[in-house]
Amino acid sequence: MRYLPLLWAGLFRKKARTILTLLSLVVAFALFGLLQAVEVAFESGADAADAKRLLTTARYSIIEPLPMAYQRRIEQVPGVVGVAYADWFGAKYQNESNAFPVFAVDPTGYLDMYPEFTIARAQRDAFAKTRTGAIAGKRLADRFGWHVGQKLPISSEIHPKTDGSLNWEFDLVGILDADDPAVRGNTDMVLINVAYFDEARQSGRGKTGWYIVRIEDSTQARSISTSIDTLFMNSPDETKTQPEKEFAIGFAKQIGDIGALVTRILIAVFFTILILTGNTMAQSIRERIPELAILKTLGFSDGKVTALVLAEAILLLILGGALGMGAAVAAMPALNGSTGGRFPPLFVGPETWLLATAIAAIVALIIGLPPALRANRLKIVDALSGH
Amino acid sequence: MTVLVEIRGVTKVYQRGRERIEVLHGVDLDIPSGDFLALMGPSGSGKTTLLNLIGGLDTPTGGSIVVQDRRIDRLSGGELAAWRAAHVGFVFQFYNLLPALSAQRNVELPLLLTDLPAAERRRRARIALTLVGLEDRARHRPRELSGGQEQRVAIARAIVSDPTLLVCDEPTGDLDRATADEVLRLLQMLNREHGKTVVMVTHDPKAAEYARRRVHLDKGVMTGEPVAS
Repeated sequence: MRYLPLLWAGLFRKKARTILTLLSLVVAFALFGLLQAVEVAFESGADAADAKRLLTTARYSIIEPLPMAYQRRIEQVPGVVGVAYADWFGAKYQNESNAFPVFAVDPTGYLDMYPEFTIARAQRDAFAKTRTGAIAGKRLADRFGWHVGQKLPISSEIHPKTDGSLNWEFDLVGILDADDPAVRGNTDMVLINVAYFDEARQSGRGKTGWYIVRIEDSTQARSISTSIDTLFMNSPDETKTQPEKEFAIGFAKQIGDIGALVTRILIAVFFTILILTGNTMAQSIRERIPELAILKTLGFSDGKVTALVLAEAILLLILGGALGMGAAVAAMPALNGSTGGRFPPLFVGPETWLLATAIAAIVALIIGLPPALRANRLKIVDALSGH
Repeated sequence: MTVLVEIRGVTKVYQRGRERIEVLHGVDLDIPSGDFLALMGPSGSGKTTLLNLIGGLDTPTGGSIVVQDRRIDRLSGGELAAWRAAHVGFVFQFYNLLPALSAQRNVELPLLLTDLPAAERRRRARIALTLVGLEDRARHRPRELSGGQEQRVAIARAIVSDPTLLVCDEPTGDLDRATADEVLRLLQMLNREHGKTVVMVTHDPKAAEYARRRVHLDKGVMTGEPVAS
């Protein structure tokens, strides 16, 4: 701490230059925070995946339905302890732009399968008992101002009712949420009771979209997956079973490899920052050679002067990193608000902060070491005489 | 009077590329404790080189330098830095203050190397500034001070850690006559009233008059024994 005023004075010796450098760091770290939040949001499905959950879909396409009758047969596979199913309903509310996922599920089985979702016991029971019941994710309910007890008129993208209409009406009986912010992104949906849906739809009765299978031992995931798929081999509805995480990653990659994209953008950004900041640091130290020589004259050892130069680079990165990450955090509420809940919630988690700290430390070392070593080798007499 | 600095057969050779420059050729000199010695001579005579060796900024190629019974020519870089911090105060022609720091912070710099708490460092820096008559300029940056004031801040910095030896390289070389006299009187006061041993390089005979003794160097050799000013 005793050297902080010295470091601060050295850093802000040329205010305009330092502020511009700092701004570039702030932008870089803000971009890092935002892009990481996007990546985390995209991968939240995979992150929230339970190793003891498998997903069984039609072998060749997830949009092909599977018979509901498969449930009992899958339940009999050794190692399986629970099976639930869900079907894609797809929905719009009021107008085309208010689209969100709606799944037709068996209420008890589905909610048992996802203990990470939180819902009041009474609402959960009401969902199971009400044939026209529906429950909505909290963020979605907040976005549209829904409340428990109201009618929920939604139109399906693909499922007409027996009368040919695509307009459905459900009773909103519960609100779904999650404690973990990564899981909360997966609650932006509406669940409807499959009992009413299957009875009232025009076609596809007795079929569902996919199965969610809970297994006893996650190390047996592969063999149980093979056993399930073997059961239905050579049938008209062959299956493909895989761990939930694998499925989620594969699904996210259909949109694009967000992780790789984010990594490439950030490499480009930080490489530019490295050159820019490194040059500024080197220039700043070059200009202060006589001052560093004076410090040595006064009795600062080579090691101490080296540490001071390095500490200056670290201070610069701490300031830039903290302000940039702070800006990213500050932007989250506005960004989340502007997506209107159509995108999983963006947030800067502890892992992102940790990663930002590591990047700041590495950048500080890379840009600080060359001038620090130069300061270390500095000979007082030469520096003071201008050689 | 005890000898504070004992220089014996000191030589200094610089290698600039292929060129070998012999700056000092076997200098012998004793500087008693409490002395105010002016090192004089024409440009290139080796007086600044000798001063740098006395102040531990450089090491001799040959010979020995003993300060307070310690062979400083044998100290490692780190030991020499610690020795300078504890025993030597430096005053340069161009002041060499850190422009981004206030006068107070500049004076505090040598104390950062001690274990003194911040309040005590501030107090001592304030005393040093008072001693040089600049207590009301503590918050000013070097660019807000005149040349003479800057040099007085540099002197405050040189004395703040209470060193045994003050090493001054052309301390009045950048000042007008009146200001130079003020600075020289200050050095004289530090020598006479506070017992500081002062070694000053100058080629100004008027400046040398403030010293107790003077010695001449020419082409790396002393032209005679030190004489009283």
